[in-house]
Amino acid sequence: MQEIHASQVRPPFYRDERVLGIFSQLLVVVIVVGLGLFFYSNMITGLREKHNVAISFSFLSQAAGFDIGESLIEYSRERTYLRAFVVGLLNTFQVAFLGIIFATALGIVIGVMRLSTNFLVSRIASIYIDIFRNIPLLVLLIFWAQAVFLKLPRVAEAIILPGPIFLSNRGVAIPWGIPTDSWGAFLLVLAAGVLLGAVISYFLREQGKRTGRMPLITLWFLVTVAAVGLVGWIVLPQPMTLDQPFLEGFNTQGGKILSQQFMALLSGLIIYTAAFIAEVVRAGIQSVSKGQREAATSLGLNPAQTLRLIIFPQALRVIIPPLTSQYLNLTKNSSLAIAIGYPDLFAVAGNTILNQTGREIEMFTMIMGTYLSLSLLTSFLMNIYNRRIRLVER
Amino acid sequence: MSENSTTEEIIICQDVCKWFGDFQALKDCSLRVMAQEVVVIIGPSGSGKSTFIRCINRLEEHQAGDIIVDGIPLTRDVRNIEQIRSEAGMVFQQFNLFPHLTVMENITLAPIQVRKMKKEEAQETAMGLLNRVGIPEQADKYPGQLSGGQQQRVAIARSLAMSPKIMLFDEPTSALDPEMIKEVLDVMQELAETGMTMLVVTHEMGFAREVADRIVFMDGGEIMEVGTPEHFFTNAQHERTKLFLSQIL
Amino acid sequence: MTTAAGTPSDRSVLPVTERYTVLGWLRRNLFSDLFNSLLTIVAIGFVIFIARLLLRWAFVNAEWGVIPANFNLIMRGQYPSAEAWRLWLIIHLLGAVVGMMWRLISGQFSGAARVLVAIPFVLMLIPFFAMETRLNLLITAAASGVGYLFAGSLYIQRRGRATAYLLLVYLVVMLILLRGAGADEGLMPPVQPILWGGLLLSLLLAFFGITLSFPLGVLLALGRQSKLPAIRVISVVYIEFIRGVPLISLLFMGQVMLQLFLPDGFPLVDRVLRALVAITLFSAAYTAENVRGGLQSISRGQYEAAQALGLSTFQSTIHIILPQALRAVIPVLVGQFISLFKDTTLVALVGIFDLLGIARTIIANPDWLGTQPEVFAFIAVLFWIFSYSMSYASRRIEQRLGVGER
Repeated sequence: MQEIHASQVRPPFYRDERVLGIFSQLLVVVIVVGLGLFFYSNMITGLREKHNVAISFSFLSQAAGFDIGESLIEYSRERTYLRAFVVGLLNTFQVAFLGIIFATALGIVIGVMRLSTNFLVSRIASIYIDIFRNIPLLVLLIFWAQAVFLKLPRVAEAIILPGPIFLSNRGVAIPWGIPTDSWGAFLLVLAAGVLLGAVISYFLREQGKRTGRMPLITLWFLVTVAAVGLVGWIVLPQPMTLDQPFLEGFNTQGGKILSQQFMALLSGLIIYTAAFIAEVVRAGIQSVSKGQREAATSLGLNPAQTLRLIIFPQALRVIIPPLTSQYLNLTKNSSLAIAIGYPDLFAVAGNTILNQTGREIEMFTMIMGTYLSLSLLTSFLMNIYNRRIRLVER
Repeated sequence: MSENSTTEEIIICQDVCKWFGDFQALKDCSLRVMAQEVVVIIGPSGSGKSTFIRCINRLEEHQAGDIIVDGIPLTRDVRNIEQIRSEAGMVFQQFNLFPHLTVMENITLAPIQVRKMKKEEAQETAMGLLNRVGIPEQADKYPGQLSGGQQQRVAIARSLAMSPKIMLFDEPTSALDPEMIKEVLDVMQELAETGMTMLVVTHEMGFAREVADRIVFMDGGEIMEVGTPEHFFTNAQHERTKLFLSQIL
Repeated sequence: MTTAAGTPSDRSVLPVTERYTVLGWLRRNLFSDLFNSLLTIVAIGFVIFIARLLLRWAFVNAEWGVIPANFNLIMRGQYPSAEAWRLWLIIHLLGAVVGMMWRLISGQFSGAARVLVAIPFVLMLIPFFAMETRLNLLITAAASGVGYLFAGSLYIQRRGRATAYLLLVYLVVMLILLRGAGADEGLMPPVQPILWGGLLLSLLLAFFGITLSFPLGVLLALGRQSKLPAIRVISVVYIEFIRGVPLISLLFMGQVMLQLFLPDGFPLVDRVLRALVAITLFSAAYTAENVRGGLQSISRGQYEAAQALGLSTFQSTIHIILPQALRAVIPVLVGQFISLFKDTTLVALVGIFDLLGIARTIIANPDWLGTQPEVFAFIAVLFWIFSYSMSYASRRIEQRLGVGER
């Protein structure tokens, strides 16, 4: 028998699998890092030679010196650039938050309409989807701002909707609640309601586990909270008064005035995103196979039970991931606010502050860092969710 | 190096070990296969049979021990890996035909790309091989249009197109409907009769008894017993071999 | 796809009299029960309301004069009128190329071909078009016919390859015609990209954005699936970074900062080019994620079979993996290309006069004050036509190839 020591034979390095693997990685890394260094050194010399500045964030504590049309927190031109940045960020959050809520509601309605057995209803939904998915969002936003909200009548001739809601070219005035002294107490009551609701749901869940029949936990929770809240509202001396807008001369007084830029941005985002969400919802519901439905029916579940226990949980699994990415899209798309003059993060930071200070590197780092952290945070949460709901499959 | 003498050892495996993480899939497996020999590997599922033959053409990397194919040691040397792969054809349980290519393109792809053969020449060889496996009329169809048995015969033809010295079969009939198993086994038997060196993982005991020169029984990542079919089916030595045979026969 | 209404299975159980009559259809689809009937009535009311609103605006209130008056601007921006013949030539050549390609790929004059041929004739019906425009459209139609017949008279064995070369040649010729060459007084004086505008620029940005980002995206996808950790990490970082920030920030960065990153005198001075760079880098990350979906759908057996046959990693990627992966994600890729086409409108925010940018200059013109609804409605319809036909075509191709069916 011949002696063999094959594994002791070392191949020449240029044919060694492992060496080749490491070498090709090194090559790519060197190219990428080299390119990065090349850009960086160009940038540094460029900055030094042309503008004679170094990268620094200290300008953020200087006075901004410009006004911002609307703000959720107190702001004036004497405040710092950093404060202005935060104002923009909060405005972005505001639009994104409201946009997500309304777009989801509208999207679900249209998605369900799309699946309706009523020919007309499903046709209307599919026309809506086909129209708004195929028009650029920016065109829609500018159309909405300049061809709808700007074309509304002057305040004196404002369109009055029941509420009363005043539609005019100055924006939309809606009734708004003003908290009174007992508002804090009411919030406490509400918190107690949430706690009670949580306790009740816990017991219901335990009972459900024991008997195997799951009650409508979410419903019970909501009913509890609402009941406690209602009691609080009645018992406490008016926790909140309703401030209704009214016409006075050339302006509306009272209530809450939503600027036309805000309204245009919000409605554009909602209408556009809802079309995409509708498709997500439709695909999710359709993804639950007919076999599942038939199996549920043959087990004797009624249609409502089938929907709640079989279809919904499975559809949700399919719906949630693309829905989240639509939410992220909506948030990123809200940066188009710059086109219609709403002071969101990008308009304030990427336009106004940048133009005033000329701090390109610093501002873009901050802007992109902010959007990036939002996205990464969301996908991190998404991954956790996905791991939790993953079907156990071989 | 290689002459077609029956005494030459064409595959040498010496103390081959393989781990998947903490799990040791192969424990000191040693086997020497002569040229033109047909060796059938049997054993319960999870015994490491597939892993073993997949190490021979480096679909899995063995971590200890030596593998020498036709005098070429299997190391990290990419040239050696290439050479061994072109000497050893492989047939998979799931056929693994390329679904976007026609039968003809499936067979001629590797000869044209790897052996730099002329297209016409490769097609001629392919037609010959399709005749040999009995389905010349299917040349222009796509794999999805063929039955399982036909697909596996195409897969065999595809491997043969590289004119390998060794054929590795990884449970070639396990994914087939019963009525199609025979057509594939017939092709394999015919191949064995032409003097091809074959290493076959299978559960087809009939095939093992009739065609194999030697049978290897593996269990728990170890080679438990090696012997001729007569030896195996009449007086197996090992308890576990007997147990396995009693369950499967 | 299954539509909710009128599946064949419930048709067969109905009494014969109700199966095919209009009344039967109405009853089944609109008035099957009380709730459904109510829904139908509400829906009808809604449709009438919207239709009246739209029709009254479109036919009574709207002043459409702004569109014909600015039509050339909308189509080609500031591209000089004297050089418009070059654009027409590009369109005629496109007609010829499409005709040839049709013959090479499909080989028959089927339904979709008739629609394509009908396009120039339908456009000729637009009332405000000049005689010259109509003549040019006629030439385009004729060119496509000539291309079809010409390709039929050729004997070409490798049709796929011939089509690819044809497209490549067309691209080069198109760019030369667009950009011009030689002296300012010559036959084809140069036209700077910043003068390209309107629909022309929107289509160009979309087209080059797609063609340039595609290979980059495929490379990134392969990088992300690579077993070499360094390459994987670099790809992941790039993809996640780009997908995490809005396109508008990249576009602004491209305008403001690209210059900073490059050494002095680097010839990337043109606004349009800088925007194209931003769009390409942006789109590549999304292409990469879509292609990765395709790569993941390919079973390990395919890689192993290729390996066992002795194909190198490069060979198996080109011949085995990518053809299957890309085919699996055609619908998704088309969807992404549509959104890229829509996203090109963002360049209007960095001072480039694409379709949207031109629209904004028109409404800023004192002569056309207050025409925002008309102008924006018109360009919205233009965008819609292009996007919708792309998605429609993709759906048809999908059905024919049977992609996405199990």
